Amino acid sequence: MRKPFTRYLGQGAAAALLAATSTAAFADTCDWTPDRAVTFVVPWGAGGGTDANARMLAQMLEQKWEVPFNVVNRTGGNGVTGHSAISNAEPDGLTVGAVTVEINTMHWVGLTDMTYENITPISLIDIVPSSVLVAADSPFESLGDVLDHARENPGDLTASGTALGGIWHLALAGMLNAEGMDPESIMWIPSQGAAPAMQELIAGGVDMVTPALSEGRALVDSGELRALAYMHDSPMEALPDVPLTADVLDSGWTLAAYITISGPEGLPDEIACAYEQAVREITESDEWAEFKDSRGADNVFLGREELRDYMMAQDEALGETIQAIGLAE
Amino acid sequence: MDLFALLAVVLTPKILGTVFLCTLYGAFVGAMPGLTATMAVALLVPFTWFMDPVQAAAAIVATTTTAIFAGDISGAVLKIPGTPASAAYVEDSYRLSQSGHPRSTLYSALFASVVGGVIGVTILMFATPTLTYLSRNFSSDEAFWLAALGLSCAVLVGGPSVPRNFASLFIGLAIATVGIDVAVGHPRFTFGNVELYDGVSFIPAMIGMFALSELLRNAVGGRQSSRLRLSVEPLRQALVTAARQFGALWKNVLRSATGGTFIGALPGAGADVAAWIAYAVSRRFSRKPEAYGRGHIEGVVDGGAANNAAVAGAWTPALVFGIPGDSVTAIAIGVLMMKGLTPGPDVLNTDSAMVYAIFGSFLLANLMMLVTGGLVVAMATQVLRVPRAVLMPIILILAMLGGYAISGSTLAIWIILVLGLLASAMLWADIPLAPAILGIVLGRIVEDNFMVSMLKARGDLTEFFARDIAAVLGAITLTIWAILLYRALRSFIAPAKPQDNPDTTRDTSDR
Repeated sequence: MRKPFTRYLGQGAAAALLAATSTAAFADTCDWTPDRAVTFVVPWGAGGGTDANARMLAQMLEQKWEVPFNVVNRTGGNGVTGHSAISNAEPDGLTVGAVTVEINTMHWVGLTDMTYENITPISLIDIVPSSVLVAADSPFESLGDVLDHARENPGDLTASGTALGGIWHLALAGMLNAEGMDPESIMWIPSQGAAPAMQELIAGGVDMVTPALSEGRALVDSGELRALAYMHDSPMEALPDVPLTADVLDSGWTLAAYITISGPEGLPDEIACAYEQAVREITESDEWAEFKDSRGADNVFLGREELRDYMMAQDEALGETIQAIGLAE
Repeated sequence: MDLFALLAVVLTPKILGTVFLCTLYGAFVGAMPGLTATMAVALLVPFTWFMDPVQAAAAIVATTTTAIFAGDISGAVLKIPGTPASAAYVEDSYRLSQSGHPRSTLYSALFASVVGGVIGVTILMFATPTLTYLSRNFSSDEAFWLAALGLSCAVLVGGPSVPRNFASLFIGLAIATVGIDVAVGHPRFTFGNVELYDGVSFIPAMIGMFALSELLRNAVGGRQSSRLRLSVEPLRQALVTAARQFGALWKNVLRSATGGTFIGALPGAGADVAAWIAYAVSRRFSRKPEAYGRGHIEGVVDGGAANNAAVAGAWTPALVFGIPGDSVTAIAIGVLMMKGLTPGPDVLNTDSAMVYAIFGSFLLANLMMLVTGGLVVAMATQVLRVPRAVLMPIILILAMLGGYAISGSTLAIWIILVLGLLASAMLWADIPLAPAILGIVLGRIVEDNFMVSMLKARGDLTEFFARDIAAVLGAITLTIWAILLYRALRSFIAPAKPQDNPDTTRDTSDR
């Protein structure tokens, strides 16, 4: 089942959502279709979550429009390379890509000047909340325990999950900041991704990790790791018993990474609209629902207007966090 | 569980067909320069949607196993290692094939790979608890020591001159410093080019250093070599020679496959590290260490056995934790989880059918590889019959394309060109290439793990010995360094024998 997504949005965005649903007048200009092969740029490596979502979507678009959708992994530069490739492509609808949450962080840490305004958002296709995981033999039983310990012994605990300034680092630092603590009271140990970080956690090298819940789910299911919380405001079907940060923290802090399909800067309305409609139909299909289910992810969707507002809100919030932990340039 | 019971699980027409097709596909992709085993599996993923779980597992396993072997083919034929795992012994396999033995060399490598793979999966079946203990205790401290140990191999895999080996290693390490630094997140030596943020990627570097430098050497070599047409042995004779070579080296295969499985099981180390270490160990214990790097079959057999065994070993962390040891198992475990497998310490009980299917597919794929790999070798070596003047430009284009295919970026082509020139200069100065490649492969791993360990320990160096496995690995590494230093000092103080003259060692390989 597809969930309504209004809870993730600010109030302004919710209003926009209403506005968008009422402007069905767009529909009659949405008959653009690609006449030859489309390149689908993925800024991250083959085998990751973004890649899986993009490949599934590309395959279903290919079936729908009967032209090839070629998935190209333009990795490198912590996402800058692939995002630039999407942003700078010819806005003819023959290049689209999987723009991810990093579009809202890269420019704050000074990796690039590109922001969400340099792409054309089409649809949100996946939302990936951060989680707080500890090893099965950890003394910490709840997120409250962890935060109390960190408050009394700043710098004693270590956490990992991604590179410095990566989205899972911002999840932890932002949470500490929101709780009125020093964002560095839990020390961040950079890693090359979630998998090595969880390896480190199991080997006893760090005290906790804050990766995507989906990345740690297998280890939580197998009893190797314990999920203390995840940074979301509505329970996910995959792990209904894990507490939400929105419930257990005074600040109500939440953080989720997201994956979108977006086009180059200046993509004409009729093309963007046609994509939005196609993606909407795909996300309503059983095949897509099954795919989402198998990954333990919620089936989410946001159209163009809502997505732009969502990105804008995220940009502001993540910018604040990055400035608070002193990584802004 | 015994081997035959495992084979019985997968001996159905559908699985047999899948494995046959996937070994062919893996052999093709692995043999194409620039297309890696990871790429082969990633391209396979959409097809696994329509497969049942056992079939999907078999497809992935068969593809990776053959792709790692097939990397040897383009290495021997074109001097472009198809996958990083073949880079350790490419010098040997290429020179052997240039001297008229391409088929027997590749068949020896094939036999070694098959037996290495079978040994690997056998160990995986019976020693899962031991492998699990090792990998669950592997933190950045242990990873640092293992990588440092790997770097020490540079001295063993290079040429006869130790200072030149070090020079080469440091060139590689210097190249590995390009990119975003893990500890502080700042770009280094990227000159503002965002595509360099992830560092110099390994595949174009390898293509440039090995293939382009070889092409340039040929071009400079003048007309004589450009008219040369290489001989290819008849199939039957090649098989007989290969069987004889393999029979003489079965102890090496046993040793390298065992070592390779354990190295593959360690998180962060993969088939490539296994091949380097096996090659270095092989040289250390060989009766003819001076022949290594100049076309000696022993290193090819050892490396080939080790990397295919490591492919099996790499499944340990993936199966028992769901933490993939390398990018191939990362994709594979994602697909299998989608098919209902739940990795974990109890996976042998909870998902026994799937795990046995994986083991069975490994065995089947390795046996099937004898046929499909053999076919591809027989076909690929025909390439050598093409006159060099025609072949060389084609290789150049293939090499560029292969590099470009990895990232879809023209930067890869520049890396190939620049490193190709650098490698030519190094060859001109008699600096061996292999240690530089090792430096590029391991430089990042050494640095990242060192920095992470130092951050965790807040600068306390003794922490590197605070954990059991780290202490053992550290002691071994430091002992090896001490012995090497002692030898260097001794020969410096009292030179017992005259140094090898580099000029005479350069071209003795062309027999």
